[in-house]
Amino acid sequence: MAGDSMAGDNMREGPAFDPAAIAMVETVPPEVSSLRAFWSAFSENRGAVLGLMVVAFIALLAIFAPWVAPHSPVEQFRQFVQQPPVWAGGSWQFPFGTDAVGRDVLSRLIYGARISLGIGLSVMVVSVALGIVLGLASAFMRGVVEVVVMRIMDVVVAIPSLVLAILVVAVLGPSLANTIIAVTVVYLPRYVRLVRAAAIAELSKEYVVAAQVAGVGKLRLMFVTVLPNCLAPLIVQAALGISDAILEAAALGFLGLGAQPPTPEWGAMLADSREFIRSAPWIVTLPGLAILVTVVAINLMGDGLRDALDPKLRRS
Amino acid sequence: MLKLFLRRVALTLPTFVALMFVTFVAVRLVPGDPIEVRTGERGISPERLAQFRHELGLDRPIWQQFLDYANGLLHGDFGVSIVTKTPVLNEFLILFPATLELAFCALVFAIVLGIPAGVLAAVKRGSIFDHTVMTAALAGYSMPIFWWGLLLIMFMSEYLGLTPVSGRMDLINYYFEPVTGFMLIDSLLSDQEGAFGAAVAHLILPSIVLGTIPLAVIARMTRSSMLEVLGEDYVRTARAKGLSPLRVVGLHALRNALIPVVTVIGLQTGTLLAGAVLTETIFAWPGVGKWLIESISRRDYPALQGGIMLISGIVILVNLIVDLLYVAINPRIRHGG
Amino acid sequence: MPLLSIRNLSVTFATSRGPFRAVDGVDLDVEAGELVAIVGESGSGKSVAMLAVMGLLPWTATVTADRLTFDGRDMLALSARGRRKIIGRDLAMIFQEPMSSLNPCFTVGFQIREAMKAHLDLSRAERQARAVELLELVGIPEPERRLSAFPHQLSGGMSQRVMIAMALACKPKLIIADEPTTALDVTIQAQILDLLLRLQKDSGVGLVLITHDMGVVAETAQRVCVHYAGQQVEMQETRGLFRDPHHPYTAALLAALPERAQGRMLPSIPGVVPGLADRPKGCLFSPRCRFATDTCRNVPPPRAGAEFGFALCHTPLLAGVPQRREIAA
Repeated sequence: MAGDSMAGDNMREGPAFDPAAIAMVETVPPEVSSLRAFWSAFSENRGAVLGLMVVAFIALLAIFAPWVAPHSPVEQFRQFVQQPPVWAGGSWQFPFGTDAVGRDVLSRLIYGARISLGIGLSVMVVSVALGIVLGLASAFMRGVVEVVVMRIMDVVVAIPSLVLAILVVAVLGPSLANTIIAVTVVYLPRYVRLVRAAAIAELSKEYVVAAQVAGVGKLRLMFVTVLPNCLAPLIVQAALGISDAILEAAALGFLGLGAQPPTPEWGAMLADSREFIRSAPWIVTLPGLAILVTVVAINLMGDGLRDALDPKLRRS
Repeated sequence: MLKLFLRRVALTLPTFVALMFVTFVAVRLVPGDPIEVRTGERGISPERLAQFRHELGLDRPIWQQFLDYANGLLHGDFGVSIVTKTPVLNEFLILFPATLELAFCALVFAIVLGIPAGVLAAVKRGSIFDHTVMTAALAGYSMPIFWWGLLLIMFMSEYLGLTPVSGRMDLINYYFEPVTGFMLIDSLLSDQEGAFGAAVAHLILPSIVLGTIPLAVIARMTRSSMLEVLGEDYVRTARAKGLSPLRVVGLHALRNALIPVVTVIGLQTGTLLAGAVLTETIFAWPGVGKWLIESISRRDYPALQGGIMLISGIVILVNLIVDLLYVAINPRIRHGG
Repeated sequence: MPLLSIRNLSVTFATSRGPFRAVDGVDLDVEAGELVAIVGESGSGKSVAMLAVMGLLPWTATVTADRLTFDGRDMLALSARGRRKIIGRDLAMIFQEPMSSLNPCFTVGFQIREAMKAHLDLSRAERQARAVELLELVGIPEPERRLSAFPHQLSGGMSQRVMIAMALACKPKLIIADEPTTALDVTIQAQILDLLLRLQKDSGVGLVLITHDMGVVAETAQRVCVHYAGQQVEMQETRGLFRDPHHPYTAALLAALPERAQGRMLPSIPGVVPGLADRPKGCLFSPRCRFATDTCRNVPPPRAGAEFGFALCHTPLLAGVPQRREIAA
């Protein structure tokens, strides 16, 4: 046994002792790892890199919110109600001003990043996981499973996204957790359909047939053989799905059907500020700007991901 | 062609049934008792409660309620609003023209701006114009439209005073009976001077807000479709004939590039109706979107149920029509090539 | 003055990896009514050169020439509008892929009448009559009915006939046919070629036939240009070319014709056409040439005189034997 493994090691290291092989290794550039190839393709796209940097910045703010934010997001400074931001004559104590009950807008925005990114990520994780399971199930089992799953997805798609989210929230009651559920329901079909289509396309390929002939079990075939080859479009969709989820959740928050006060959710902050359009425009402007910048950054990053990961989609 | 038509129609039927089931079940699950909402906190005698429940059919087995509901839908009965006690369909039909008018104007805005912008961006690929259009489109489809609406109100209405803040009509100066339900048409029919202008002024901001996302999507789609088509052999053939660039791009290329764009435009129906909920809320636009939100806060089950049913039904129908339209504008499918 | 006169035509494409010269120093004269063939492997720049004449290259291409005149007019100096008055009317082109060269969204009739509408002063009815006449001319049965057909309803051969009809619509002086038969079935190829030759003979239109098929050249052309890797390596009368090729590449091409093969093995040219990365320093054909010397590998070859078919070679062949330039000159 030991001798065998020695021989194996020698075989593996064998070429290293061959001077010709060394010369070859030196002249031929080393095989680029797929991660590095991906990064070089991704970093070629300046917009994508910019998006990534902005997303990273916002994510850092969200993670370190308690240390970064100057105040608590819910503390009311009664003597500083509706203070304008520092560039409009306010003070550095509240750089972005205060809202109608004297809460620091900057701190609320920073804590709001936690909520928005949190919603976006949770929706993405849950719907990708469910999408993989349902999509693979309907691709592999066909028959009744497929018909039922796909018909349900058809219905979900037929109902306008926000209307469906409203329906779900109406059933479950408005809260942060239910916002996540509602938005997941709305965006589930695209993942299910994507995984199913990709899996069906892969299923007809030779390597799957080969694996089947080799006696690979069904579960292993689904998750180990086929799934990795469907991942590229799924990753792209997941990245772009985060931004959609953030927008949808903010819309629910704006309608008063999402996170409830005093949670510093960006959409809910906008809803609170509506009556102060005239008197305190910064309360209206800043949360929306935060949403827009975050969503644009994620979309830029997602577009870059698509170009780098999925050359087939490149032309769109 | 007829066979294709029937097959597409048949495919949408199960979706309708499933839709009925989903709305029915979902609305049963809504917390809060509608009777309580109607009677308020004062309390009510058990006999009166039972009577109410019986009147509303709430005392019968759930499956029977569903069959009744489905049967009613087939006869155009979408239930009766618990709050206003008028049939849901009537309420919907009164409010729907407002939404339709808004959605139509938003779509026209998006198409009229989006297609030329996309075409020009494709023709001038890599130019400053192209970059500007693509950046604007990125911002457009990333836009939280409720915020966009507030910004526009802040700037156009409050600051510049150019457009009205909310509503469909200046009701202090003009009043006329609705004839068609479409303010643009009714204001013309009313013969009141300035009424049409007022109707247009009220439509501008909501249309821009609602049209922003479709505009971005249409511009992007037109550009990418156009880029693909411009590389086709038949475009070279057209240029080889010595035709003017306007004819080569505007006729030979655009006619082909529009085929996927039309599909995308059709798919915007859902986006428009979802966006209408937000837009109508911001601009106090008396349409079905605002009505739907209000019916939630009033716990008006039948209105919510009927409204969702009707809105989704419209989306399914429009998607069906788009499917058929796609066949009609694409000769390769039309003639079974 | 020849109908089409090209001197030292070069086309360079700007690519992400730097400029790529697709056509390098091509000369060509075509007299009115003459049939000239351009042969070469795919990628040898023969189509690009002719697209440059038509002004149909994308904006990434830079076209330079000492002379590029058609019918006495300088095509490079013309405004875009001025060129559009000529192409499609006096100078027409037929493409390789008939199926994708017709616009799928318009009827055949629309596409044929369109060129007439742009260039000729004909009434609607006259255009329709001419379209019917053209379809008859190119051998399409039931022309009236075919005019209202969409391209996808036609076969490849039919489509190419329509393309030919379109090219003929405004009675051009010169037609450039870019591998008009390559995409078609073998049986159809001969029909389309016969049609082109008959039309050329009957109407006296000049024809530039781009092809990679030496057999087609032998049957049709009066004069042949041989292209290799963007360069014109030889040009002479068809008969002379087949009898005594002066450039080693031409000789190798001819030797590879099945009809000429001797022995059991069909000779082939080893190696491939050089690409952007592996362009040789000297003669572009030197890596594949069996007569190549060190000079060939390091010094770009000069152009030989008419007696050597303007061969771009250090040692042009005479009766299959390489000649030293000193002797040749």
